[in-house]
Order: sequence, then C-alpha cells, then structure tokens
Amino acid sequence: MKCQQCDNPAVFHITELESGSVRELHLCEDHARTYLNQNEDAGGGSEGGGAPKKGVGQSAGGPLGVGQTADDLAALDQRVCEMCGITFFEFRNQGRLGCPHDYIQFEKELEPLIANIHGATEHTGRRPSRAVPAGADPAVGTDGLTEVIGLRRGMKEAIASEDYEKASENRDAIRGIEDRWVPPLPSGQSPTP
Amino acid sequence: MRLDTLTQSIGEWLRGTGPESDIVMSSRVRLARNLAQYPFVNRATEQDRADTERILRERIVAAPMGIALDYIDVGHLEEVDRRFLVERQLISREHADAQGARGVAIDCMEQVSLMINEEDHLRIQCLHSGLDLHGAWEQIKTVDDQIEKVVPYAFHPRWGYLTACPTNVGTGIRVSVMLHLPALVITRQIDKVFRSLHKISLAVRGLYGEGSQAMGDFYQISNQTTLGRTEEELVQQVADVVPVIIDYERRAREFLVRETQQNVHDQVSRAYGILRTAQTITNEETMQLLSRVRMGVLLGLIGDVKIADINSLLIRTQPAHLQKLRGSDGDSSDDIERARYLRQHFEGGDSQVKTSAN
Repeated sequence: MKCQQCDNPAVFHITELESGSVRELHLCEDHARTYLNQNEDAGGGSEGGGAPKKGVGQSAGGPLGVGQTADDLAALDQRVCEMCGITFFEFRNQGRLGCPHDYIQFEKELEPLIANIHGATEHTGRRPSRAVPAGADPAVGTDGLTEVIGLRRGMKEAIASEDYEKASENRDAIRGIEDRWVPPLPSGQSPTP
Repeated sequence: MRLDTLTQSIGEWLRGTGPESDIVMSSRVRLARNLAQYPFVNRATEQDRADTERILRERIVAAPMGIALDYIDVGHLEEVDRRFLVERQLISREHADAQGARGVAIDCMEQVSLMINEEDHLRIQCLHSGLDLHGAWEQIKTVDDQIEKVVPYAFHPRWGYLTACPTNVGTGIRVSVMLHLPALVITRQIDKVFRSLHKISLAVRGLYGEGSQAMGDFYQISNQTTLGRTEEELVQQVADVVPVIIDYERRAREFLVRETQQNVHDQVSRAYGILRTAQTITNEETMQLLSRVRMGVLLGLIGDVKIADINSLLIRTQPAHLQKLRGSDGDSSDDIERARYLRQHFEGGDSQVKTSAN
C-alpha cells in the first residue's frame, strides 16, 4: 500500500475517531512523523485518536534529548534495525521493540533509557545453560540465530522482485542457522509441517 | 471442552489456605521469554505468529515438566471464554484482546499457565495460594529450565533475557502478591502504605493487573525493575515487604475491633445481609461487600461462612463466570443473575427471598 501523500510505501496505519466517524490514514514514515508531531503540538491530537499510544519509548525523549539537537534526534529516529526493519522512531511511538537484535542495533540509544527504568545496565540473573554453537560469538548471545529474521525478510523481498536465486540462497542460509541453533524436539518427535 | 470442567471447579490459588492466607490471597511469579529466531509479537507477521505458536506449543507439550498440561487455543475462543480465563487469572487482559495465533497451556491445579504470543512469545506464570513466593519461584524455575532445553530463548550476556518492552529485560521476572487489605482502607492508611512502597520501587495494582482498578480492597504488589539484580533478590524484595504490610493490616483490624467493634460488626452484618437478599447487584458492589464479609469472618463476627467460599464467590460472580454458569438460556441482566446466584449460595437467604417474592 502506498502512502496517501507520496509514492513511498505506507508503514503507518492510523485510525482516527472524530466525533463518531472513523477516518483511516495510511502514511509513510516521514509523513506519519509530520502528522503525529503536528497532533502532539496541538495537545495530544483529536479526540481519542491522533496521539500515539503512550509507551515506554516516549520517556526516552528525556534522557535522549540531553545535549542533542533536533537534527540529531531526527537522524536517530531514522535509524533502522537491519534484522526486523523497525526504526527508532517506531519504537519511541509504540514503546515496544521489534526483535532481539534491537538491543544490539540500538544499544547506545537504549542504554540511558534502560538505566533510567532499572537503575542498572548489566544482567546478573540466570543464564541459559546451553552454550552457543561452535563458531558463534558468545559475546552477542543468541544474536547469531536472530540473524534469520533479516534473512527471512530478504527472502520475501527477493521473491517479490522475482530474484529466486537470492531467495533460495536465503532459505538455505536460514535452514543452516536453525539446524545449528534450534535443539531437536524432545523424545525424537518430528515437528508437524 | 475443558473450560466447562473449569467452571465447576476453583483454582488452587483460591483454596484460601497457605501461610498468611487471611491477608495474602495468592503469590505469583511470571517470566517473560522470547524465541531468538522471530520478531517480537507486535512486529510479527501473521505467519510469524502462527510459527511461534506452533513451535512453542509443540515443544512445551513435549517437554518433560512432570506436570500434565492442557492446551487451549485462545485465538479460536469465543469472547466469553477468553474473559473467563482472564477472570480466573490464567491469561492476561492483553492476551484475551490480542489478535492472531495464540494459546495458553495450563495444569489441572491452575497453578502453572504458559501464555503463548502475549506481549512476549512466552509468559510463564506460577500462582500459589497464600504467601508462598519461594514455592512459586522454585516451581517456575523448574518449568523454565525444562522449556529452555528445547527452546532457544533470546538472550544477551549484558542485557539478559530479551523482551519486547525494555521494562522487562534482564530477568524478565515479575513477582507479585495479592493482598486483601480492608482494614487499611477503612482506617485510611492505605495511601500511606502505597507511597512508601513506591519509594522502594514496588508497584501497586488492582486485581487484574496493569491499569485495573483496585476492587473490593484487593491489591497486587510487585517488583518494578527486572535488570541488575538476580531473580532470588527480586523475589526477596517483595517477600521482605509483605510481612510488614501484613503487620499493618493486622494492627488496623485489631484497632477496628477494639475501638469501633459495634460499628464494624454492623458494617459486616449489613454487607452479609445485602449479599443474602439483594435482587440486583453490580460486580463492583459484590466485590466490596464480599470483601467486608471476608474481614468479618476473619474477625470472628460472622460464624457460618468459609473463607474458601468467599474466595470462590469473588471469581464466580464475575461477568463471564456468571454467563457460563447460567448457560446460554439466561435472558435476565447480569446484575439480576448475580443477585440470584448469591442468594442461592448463602444458606437461608434464598428461602427468605422466595417468601417475600411469592
């Protein structure tokens, strides 16, 4: 679906409730930002709709804003996770991250936010007993497996652009990674197709 | 269907037994976990959700946990059945209202529940009667260990278990107790207690979790932070504060009996009278009155009611429970149905009502 204001793909789907009637907006990221900011400036937007869902990401505006210009923040908002494709802007609006890799991709940005929430930036609790497979970097935990999220996205794009060679390369890469990381089902049961 | 069997029973946590069960209704521990190879639920495609639901269902059912689990496909349940599971504390409101493939595995005692595709791919919960946080923690640890053998949890050495919301990252643990604090409410000391809890970073919520209102003097107290301390430390943080609140509540109850006995006796007797004779009653009023009667029983002011019965009524007079208990033929309103159910339940109340109505 295209953005209602330009030719870019619509990634924000907004439903506005205005005095009983429903208005649907489909916008690209840039136009969504303009639209949402405009609503925020107007004091939370029209009744019930315009203001984005308040999430934990919004409190990031505080610690993140310190010493940063509006341009810095705008550039930060544009940053994209190479695995799941979420932008920092989307996270700030929804308060939910897109995939486990975001903790690595946005580590610098998340650090002050996490310190603010927990008063700590280092896990000291339990750890999975299973070691990472040979060849994987233990310093990034299970990120080697999370890579398949990006590969799956790439496969979909390759199929859409009819690049079947690339699609099958990605499919094989996903299988290879999952075979190394995902333990077999207990008692030798085979998974349903 | 298993849900109908559930309607006839009550969960382990409602037994009204266990340490300090006059004040502590239940102890709960939950863990948030995610599969490393899929986007978090809010970013997942329909296919991703179907995949995570299938992978987790197959592996959880097959994992040797030492408890028999039943799986309920929440995505295909009617709304009343989803509400029913929420009222029973087996799934969250968020899980009931979500979209797409999702489910819950529960054990027959209703102590363990494993929600698939809530905010995180997996939310494990252990719910025990009375004050038993360490028991709930020991049980959830075993369940988590067994699942971890067959599921690659998303984990980072620095950030711990990775969750959709940074407020849960690290241990992913939420430790909570549900407390019945009527005397602190009556003596207007409850706000003071809450303010001091906030100061030590503990959260206070109503009966049904985040955003829900405290009804009938029932409150949930839980940890707010999940990173930087071990699970045991976080369990202990809540465990340490509960005896203090119990002590405050007991002292407030003693004060009420000592200073205003006639007044308290009158209040609980009136509450009991309304529950036994009302012809129409809202959920909120029922909770409020059951709370007073519960306190009256514990103070020895009402003799012929069991705590387990009141605990059970607190759940069974909720809207979805009533609807399921009455079946599909009921055409009277919830409030009339609730009053009828209460009258039938309390011995003597019903016959009196019959005489006056006929």
